[in-house]
Amino acid sequence: MLLQGWVIVGTSFAYLGLLFAIAYYADQRADAGRSVIASPYVYSLSLAVYATAWTFYGSVGRAASDGVGFLPIYIGPTLMIALWWVVMRKIIRISKQNRITSLADFIASRYGKSALLGGAVTVIAVIGILPYISLQLKAVSNSFTIVLQYPWIIMPDKVDTGGEVMHDTALWVALILAAFTIAFGTRHLDAAEHHEGMVAAIAFESLVKLLAFLAVGAFVTFGIYNGFGDLFDRAAADPKLNAMLTPLEGVAGGYASWVWLTILSMMAIMFLPRQFQVTVIENTDEKHINKAIWLLPLYMLAINVFVLPIAFGGLLHFPEGNVDADTFVLTLPMAQKQELLVLLVFIGGLSAATGMVIVETIALSTMVCNDLVMPVLLRLRRLRLNQRSDLTGLLLGIRRGAIVGILLLGYLYFRLAGEAYALVSIGLISFAAVAQFAPAALGGIFWKGGTRRGALAGLCGGFAVWFYTLLLPALARSGWVPIGLMEQGPFGIALLKPLELFGLAGLDQITHAMIWSMLANIGAYVAVSLAGTPSADEHRQASLFVDVFRQGGEAGGARFWRGTASVPDLYNLLARFQGAAAAESAFADYARARGLRWPADTLIADAEFVHYVEVQLAGAIGAASARVMVASAVKEEALTLDEVRKILDEASEVVMYSHRLEQKSRELEAATAELRAANERLKELDRLKDDFLSTVTHELRTPLTSIRAFSEILNQDPDVDLAQRRKFLGIITKETERLTRIINQVLDLAKIEAGRAEWSEAPVDMRETISDTVSAMSQVFEEKNVRVETRLPDKVPPVKGDVDRIIQVMLNLLSNAVKFCDPADGRIAITLAEEGGSLRIDVRDNGPGVAAGDEHKIFDKFVQAGDTLTDKPQGSGLGLYISRHIVEHHGGRLWVQRRAEKGACFSFTLPLARPASAGRLAQAA
Amino acid sequence: MGDFEGKGQRLIALCMLGCILFNFPILALFNVPGSLFGVPLLYAYIFLAWALLIALMAWVVEKR
Repeated sequence: MLLQGWVIVGTSFAYLGLLFAIAYYADQRADAGRSVIASPYVYSLSLAVYATAWTFYGSVGRAASDGVGFLPIYIGPTLMIALWWVVMRKIIRISKQNRITSLADFIASRYGKSALLGGAVTVIAVIGILPYISLQLKAVSNSFTIVLQYPWIIMPDKVDTGGEVMHDTALWVALILAAFTIAFGTRHLDAAEHHEGMVAAIAFESLVKLLAFLAVGAFVTFGIYNGFGDLFDRAAADPKLNAMLTPLEGVAGGYASWVWLTILSMMAIMFLPRQFQVTVIENTDEKHINKAIWLLPLYMLAINVFVLPIAFGGLLHFPEGNVDADTFVLTLPMAQKQELLVLLVFIGGLSAATGMVIVETIALSTMVCNDLVMPVLLRLRRLRLNQRSDLTGLLLGIRRGAIVGILLLGYLYFRLAGEAYALVSIGLISFAAVAQFAPAALGGIFWKGGTRRGALAGLCGGFAVWFYTLLLPALARSGWVPIGLMEQGPFGIALLKPLELFGLAGLDQITHAMIWSMLANIGAYVAVSLAGTPSADEHRQASLFVDVFRQGGEAGGARFWRGTASVPDLYNLLARFQGAAAAESAFADYARARGLRWPADTLIADAEFVHYVEVQLAGAIGAASARVMVASAVKEEALTLDEVRKILDEASEVVMYSHRLEQKSRELEAATAELRAANERLKELDRLKDDFLSTVTHELRTPLTSIRAFSEILNQDPDVDLAQRRKFLGIITKETERLTRIINQVLDLAKIEAGRAEWSEAPVDMRETISDTVSAMSQVFEEKNVRVETRLPDKVPPVKGDVDRIIQVMLNLLSNAVKFCDPADGRIAITLAEEGGSLRIDVRDNGPGVAAGDEHKIFDKFVQAGDTLTDKPQGSGLGLYISRHIVEHHGGRLWVQRRAEKGACFSFTLPLARPASAGRLAQAA
Repeated sequence: MGDFEGKGQRLIALCMLGCILFNFPILALFNVPGSLFGVPLLYAYIFLAWALLIALMAWVVEKR
């Protein structure tokens, strides 16, 4: 038979040995600079230390009594972790900059490095976590006892142990775990409290417990039953189980309980000491949060999928109710004689429990040492700790003692109160305790107004309520406190009954306790903070924490220090707590960062250096103690509140000034860009002007040349006959007219550009205007042999405008058409039509048309169609520009269409003088 | 920095979505007899909504 006592014990030790080997390997790799835990996947797995024996054994027990009631414990963290990107990144950044070593250190540090506050947090954490640790001890010792009874299934309370201490499994479990944790976590003192080996082992344990749970879940669902459907069908057929299928209505508190458990677990995933340890202290890279945000919830989803099937399977399989539902995970495979699976489940449960115990006790022992014992020892002058040369041994000793002490206290709680409760109920008591840290910690990183007194009042108030409404009833239930206190209230005052405080009844115990403790906690924190004023230290720390993303690195804290110190003093101080080697390398690092070599170059013990030493020291003994030690080694001049305020104000002024500077430079850049654009435009205009000048000059010179030539002929040769003379004079007249036209256009352009053009307004009949223009140009048409065809409607409504200008547009379009139309067989077609509230005039020719891409360009100033290099310029390049201007001034549009057949078609519209509808009515009548 | 803020805001929105999905009254809609593929409706709903939320979080976080 596989499951004999020595096999189980042997396998357990072999498993612990394997963990140790993994941790040792990871430590070696870390020392060699090739860390195995610098991976987001290992980080996420190590966060899964959240899933303990509670999850492994207890969830099924909870599910067997309230169905989905176990789920808020995992849904809460899923919701919280979505906020980690905002909240946890900030906590990690703060902790790295201030060398925070634990949750107590974090809160103490935030509120002016207060030793009192650190001590209070430590005491609350230790007392609050004891039930949780006892839960793990209970789970491991129970599972061990049950497996030993194989092949019979007997509950531990029915097993006769003879009552001797030597046979008490839980005590042995506690002692073995203590030894193991000491070996794990306190082999050496790390300046940053990093435990790489531990993290690697925890990540491995997370895999083991997940695989074990999935294996047993799959076995129950698919091995004993035929899948989910079959299992739930059978449950539905059972009248007792059927009631659990829509379970939220029946449970005490119903939805209220669900909501409060969610909130509770949201706090727990952040502020359980072990979660804070793995998430913040052991974090090697802020970016690992990224993967953890979805991997950790995924892990929790996976480990919960089979909880309900196992719970229902167990209830169906053991209908007599003589098997504790907390043990279904183990007893179901036992009942099916699956020895290997039983062993795997036992190891999985051991993984879940040991992982929690190791990390939790290491985190707590750090807190006890740094925030409770050391501050007291350092203050006791009789011990002369200031003169001791090496304190590393003392620090390790305190931590080892704390680990043993915490586990024994956990055992004590298990003996006193743990046996009467289910696993989850024990754990929830601890969750409610750590939730008390949330107001001080979260308030501390987002609200500068929180003070040390406020935090202390809130913590103590919340803790007192927790103690009274949760811990006391737990002790009373086991008979250690008179039961009368529960039933009648203290001194018979019913209003003070711990389970129905101030008459609040009808809620489950946790909801009831959470409502009152949070009310007391948040209320006291906010009220006391607002009532008092923060000290200089608190002011400084508040600004360092809340504005962590705005300040530049570790030097931030150095602004606040003033005093004198000597380098050897600081060196001795660091060496005493961290050992000479660590001090040596810390000094060398500091020197290297400033381009110096130590000890060859002299370091200056300025504010920055003293701050650096304090932060280093904080890594070993916590911020509060480090502050005391540094203060003892250097002559510090205390800063007054006003001075701190001034420094902060200066800093914020600098920040504001630099913001303003940035804005100014952005504005300047924008202005420069605008100027550059304007300059480009000017250059372009300048170029156009040059082109224009040369064009105009050319245009002016051509008629001038011919006028001059013919005038000279007439002047020098009196014999020219009359006909010849007439012809010459005609040419001179025509060229003069051309000259006038060009000059007029240039003048027009100048007027239009300057906005000084004069416009008259009167109703214009376009039919008449077009006919007049055509007849005025008939001479030209005849000369060029161009046939003109006009298609005009019988009657059109008038437009409003300047008739001379409109004629100018027509003339321009017609003369363009004449210029470009087919030289042999020129045709021009003019159409007039009414079109949607305006008149549209088309002028078509049968010339070469407008080149593709020129449709818009030809309307620009000084632009002439055709190739200006080879062709003789045929106009000033102003006609179309001026025409478009005129049309647009009248509210119309001028454009050119390229046509499929030969030629171009220029069109323009002019809006009607009267409203279109009225015009149409008049027409119809 | 804009990308950082956008990610934070999306995740906060997802947290709010989760608070609504796993709360009264949405939860009450599924707290009725019935089943989906043989799994009681409430259980099926919780696990599916949970999986969806995780998928959305993964998408927000991993998207470049």
